[in-house]
Amino acid sequence: MSETSPILQLTGISKRFGAVQALLDVDLGLLAGEVHALVGENGAGKSTLVKILAGIHRPDAGEMTLNGRELVLSGPAAARQLGIAVIHQHPNLFPDLTVAENVFVGRLPRNRVRGVDWSELNRTAERLFQNLGVKQSVSVPVRGLSVADQQLVEIAKALSLDARVLVMDEPTASLSSHEVERLFTIIRQLRSRGVAILFVDHRMEEVFEIADRLSVLRDGRHVITALISELTPADAIRHMVGRRLETLFPKEPATIGEVALEVRGLTRAGVFSDASFEVRRGEILGLAGLVGAGRTEIARVLFGIDKADAGEVLVAGKHVDIKSPRDAMRLGIVYVPEDRHEQGLVLDFSIAANVSLPIVQKLSRFLVVDRAQEERLADEYSKQLQVRSTGVEQAASALSGGNQQKVVIAKWLATEPTVLLLDEPTQGVDIGAKAEVHRIISQLAGQGMAIVLISSELPEVLGMADRIVVLHEGRIAAEFGRDDASQERIMAAATGHVDA
Amino acid sequence: MSVRAIDSPSSSALSGRLGLERTLTLVARLREVGIVMVLLAVVAIVTIQAPLFFSVSNFEQILLNVSLIAIVAVGQTTVVLTRNVDLSVGSVVGLVAFATGDLLKEHSLGVAGAIAVGCLLGVGLGAFNGLLVAVAKVPAIVATLGTLYVYRGLDFLIAGGKQVSAIDLPRDYLGIASSTVLGVPTLIIAAALIALAAAYLLRNSGAGRQLYAIGSNPAAAEVVGIPTQRLIFGAFVVCGLCAGIAGVLWGSRFGSVNALAASGLELQVIAAVVVGGVNIFGGSGTVVGAVLGAVLLATIENALRILHLSEFWLLAIDGAIILLAVGTDAAIRGYFQRILVRTGRR
Repeated sequence: MSETSPILQLTGISKRFGAVQALLDVDLGLLAGEVHALVGENGAGKSTLVKILAGIHRPDAGEMTLNGRELVLSGPAAARQLGIAVIHQHPNLFPDLTVAENVFVGRLPRNRVRGVDWSELNRTAERLFQNLGVKQSVSVPVRGLSVADQQLVEIAKALSLDARVLVMDEPTASLSSHEVERLFTIIRQLRSRGVAILFVDHRMEEVFEIADRLSVLRDGRHVITALISELTPADAIRHMVGRRLETLFPKEPATIGEVALEVRGLTRAGVFSDASFEVRRGEILGLAGLVGAGRTEIARVLFGIDKADAGEVLVAGKHVDIKSPRDAMRLGIVYVPEDRHEQGLVLDFSIAANVSLPIVQKLSRFLVVDRAQEERLADEYSKQLQVRSTGVEQAASALSGGNQQKVVIAKWLATEPTVLLLDEPTQGVDIGAKAEVHRIISQLAGQGMAIVLISSELPEVLGMADRIVVLHEGRIAAEFGRDDASQERIMAAATGHVDA
Repeated sequence: MSVRAIDSPSSSALSGRLGLERTLTLVARLREVGIVMVLLAVVAIVTIQAPLFFSVSNFEQILLNVSLIAIVAVGQTTVVLTRNVDLSVGSVVGLVAFATGDLLKEHSLGVAGAIAVGCLLGVGLGAFNGLLVAVAKVPAIVATLGTLYVYRGLDFLIAGGKQVSAIDLPRDYLGIASSTVLGVPTLIIAAALIALAAAYLLRNSGAGRQLYAIGSNPAAAEVVGIPTQRLIFGAFVVCGLCAGIAGVLWGSRFGSVNALAASGLELQVIAAVVVGGVNIFGGSGTVVGAVLGAVLLATIENALRILHLSEFWLLAIDGAIILLAVGTDAAIRGYFQRILVRTGRR
């Protein structure tokens, strides 16, 4: 890796979404013929950077150059045209079109009567796959191909466009180890042809196997770029963690009671396996891990949305079979989902109607909802959680993110649960509201609720949880008590790099 | 790794959003007000052109024509609110109408018995639709397109080319449609009562609330433990019941029933529901709106007949109204979406 000038250079790139500064003053250079790994925690800004390179987002500030010339991407099509190909985690292909059509979609070869020249199309596509050293029938529909094969279709498409820069966003996330090897062989081959590859990942073993250089993002800022040979995985992890959280409301001491929820060997095929843990009344159990490690999936099974393939669940010491969210609610288990808009709230409904939704049948007398009682209930919980609104008749859509989250929590408190599953409860809420949500969680634990807290923010987990279970690729990689947990140790376990 | 933008509530933004909030509620109400205004405009214009139009007996006629469609529209609204649709309602009305007429002709069950059997038949046919959609997970538009033909086929099978005429029907039965209570035709009262009861229950009952929740945000409905499957099934049963009620009244209103009765009614009903502001993607709209939609379409039809305009104009104007209603909805929704984006809600 000599001191050649980079083929793609980013300088001072910043991007802001509302209150969230996703990227700030990021510099990054990609050399021809290198594999450049980009690592960082959840929310560090990797995806935003990928989307900027893909032409999906435009940076607020900073400049990009390609081969020394200023680069302005007006959209994804422009990025492709200029030779920047982005391969997203989930390939965006047309399942009913053939492999060859997908590679050349939008620019199919034509014959003399302006029809599609099928033989020319299939010949060219076959040649591309031969160049990649892959056997792939090009006349079969994409539907039914494995994710790994679909990625190859995307790579073939990139090659056909003569891409000089290839951005791969967590390409190995859903590949088997054999498929990862095949992908790495292809990546090495592309590197030797002089393609610059940005490899976004957070599995340390893979990064250290394939990459030439490594850059770390943290809290939207560029931390370091170094040759892989100059770093150890532990160094990389140290650079990744250490996010600051301006205000934090640590958990107050609470009496830890009997076991409220116990999980033994819980497995959902292909998603997580052999998960065992328990959470006691008054205790907060942190579930840490990277996105896709299986944390949300475990919560969904415990709440009866998805089904487990094996394992057992015990509530208050008794074996239970949770088949639906209603079963879970009857057992006192509730789930505050990650995505407020998609799963948490009915935005068209008022605060009161949202709060009463899970128990609307119980609030009904002779079919008709008792409005007065409903309002009393909504009012009580809104006050307890300090929801800022003009009143419980205000529509949920008119609330800020933090207050919407409080309404979601209020909704569940109205069912008087014993186990509260919280999935990224402070994601996307502003700092003040975050501290309030933390105070509420601590209060609920103090009242004897057992709480499972899923969070990607390590300081949040460290500050709130009594115990922390770390998941890596669907398996429990480590468990820490409050006192022996640290950001480095959690991140090492979460990235599959378990040191001594 | 997704970064979503969420606003922090500054006081000015908050008050701005509250104003917006009021406006949005107003727009929702506006829909019903809007239909009433258009209705009044139509009445005014037609009255100037043809003074005969403006008479109690003509309005009574319009409402009589509307009443059966309105009853079916109540059921259809229930289904549409859940992001589904029932295309089979015309066939259900037809099949129930003929079956009831046949029973009455044979005098085996008496008028009350025949009516009860007719309503139950409607419930059964609706339940079958519900099974297909909620349990077998066949998309509603396909499932009920299928039963539209199946139910009509059964109708032909029973009818076998015959028809039930007024002379075959008991006088008590025929009297239902022509009777009045305090000078108001019973049919109109029945339709109004059904619509008001449904409007009240959809708004205030637990199940009604849950139906709106399902249509508005299916994922959230699932997560709060709403028995989605059961409620969608229930909505189809209610729709079948409404179509069944309309079916048993059909013979009384029109005096004769053949195998083609109520063919194409489903499209009139869906038109009424859509013009009435019920979102075809579920989650919003009211029974009152749907009934007003039916009244508007029937008034225009009546007006065009009085003005001696051709069938072509009737259909063209119906079509134009549907497009106008849906277009206005889309425009308003898009407009407010843009404002919400600008104030930074999402």
